[in-house]
Amino acid sequence: MTETAPPGVLSAAWLVARKDLTIEFRTRTAFFSALVFAVLGLCIFYFAWDVTAVSAVDLAPGVLWVILTFSGLLGLQRSFSVEENERAMDALLVAPVDREAIYLGKAIANLLFVAAIQVVAIPALTLFYNLPFGKSFAVMLVIAALAVVGLVAVGTLFSAMAVNTRLAELLLPMLSLPFFVPIVIGAAQSTARILAGRPLAEAWPWLKILIAFDIVFLTACTLAFPYTLEE
Amino acid sequence: MRSATARDISAANAAASKPVLDWLFGAAVLAVAGVYVRVIYFTPLELRQGAAQKIYYLHLPSVMGAYLSIAIVAVTSVIYLWLRDERADRLAEAAGEVGLVFMTAVLITGPIWARPIWGTYWTWDARLTLSLFLWFVLAGYSILRGAIEDRAMRARYSAVLGVLAALLIPFIHLSVYLFRTLHPMPIVLKPAEPSLPPEMLTTLLSSLGAFTLLCIALIRGRYRLGLLRDAIAAVDEAEGDRR
Repeated sequence: MTETAPPGVLSAAWLVARKDLTIEFRTRTAFFSALVFAVLGLCIFYFAWDVTAVSAVDLAPGVLWVILTFSGLLGLQRSFSVEENERAMDALLVAPVDREAIYLGKAIANLLFVAAIQVVAIPALTLFYNLPFGKSFAVMLVIAALAVVGLVAVGTLFSAMAVNTRLAELLLPMLSLPFFVPIVIGAAQSTARILAGRPLAEAWPWLKILIAFDIVFLTACTLAFPYTLEE
Repeated sequence: MRSATARDISAANAAASKPVLDWLFGAAVLAVAGVYVRVIYFTPLELRQGAAQKIYYLHLPSVMGAYLSIAIVAVTSVIYLWLRDERADRLAEAAGEVGLVFMTAVLITGPIWARPIWGTYWTWDARLTLSLFLWFVLAGYSILRGAIEDRAMRARYSAVLGVLAALLIPFIHLSVYLFRTLHPMPIVLKPAEPSLPPEMLTTLLSSLGAFTLLCIALIRGRYRLGLLRDAIAAVDEAEGDRR
């Protein structure tokens, strides 16, 4: 038998992500409930406003980002609770991989989870709210990508922490939502500029906040994650 | 399980021998009382705002107390993650709780003043929004601490949250200011910053001093309370081991 070297950080992260995605793909329960929640939320919000007073285009950005944040939380919640069963987390910890790799793997899986919801929710929003995306759809994708990285970076870390507390799932929104404030404001504001047909330069300050948030919190959370594990 | 009973009990005795609220707290309360005598009787009324302006001497010092506490949480969190010193964690716990109290005072006094002066209790002004979200972060911090039983884990988790929260503040600050400044703002009728007359400035500075003292006294008291709680927990644990 040949000795196999332990995988590097990125390939180990990918292995962790693939494991989580395989579990999710086989059960699909979390994904479908988060997806139905997102689309249902978009529809319900439509009736919460007087559409003759506030046009759907003005309503859409806020609705989209609030709904995506909450449905993202549904996915993040189970990111570490799946490891509770039969103390699977212990097995993950004794694996010869860096702890940062576990975090990155979990984050990649969550990223794909939330991105998959966006892939359905954004077209659904465009359809239901009759949005004039047109050529600016590419910019919308950039905004979505920047926002989702920030959401997942913070959410994955807090998910790892919340699962070990007495409050478990209840704690995750309480910890995460204040951190999602700059993302939701930034994403909603830049989406609103794009939808209103304004030049990209007007959305740029918001995009800069999103980029800075992603860099700072992806780095900080990767470094902080080992502290959240049993020692 | 640890079973260092004698050491724990002596630590408990040492902790219990110090009162939670001592002369420093008494001095702080006296100072605050003195400041209010000055605020009410010896400080002139503001011309346009009248008596409502006097809440300023409670509002602003509370903001400073809250910010001081937040700064202590951020610094002690970093120190804990670095040195794993229990004292840093206990100080962070104390400052987090006291900061929440001061921030609550800020959020209560602000609207009381805003109603007669601005005509509304709340507006989504950048500073108000920032204070509100800081309150949420501090509340989350206290809730997190309350939700973890294991000492070491509680210390690590809350230190991680403390550090991340410190990183978050500039982002909330930036986004709420940008939210405001992208909107049209009055250009001609900008409210000029009124410079304070000397009597008011003296009152303000003395209230700042008194509240800083109160903040430090409360954090110290809360720190000692934390010591006592740990000592009691250690004794309970030791008793449990013996049975």
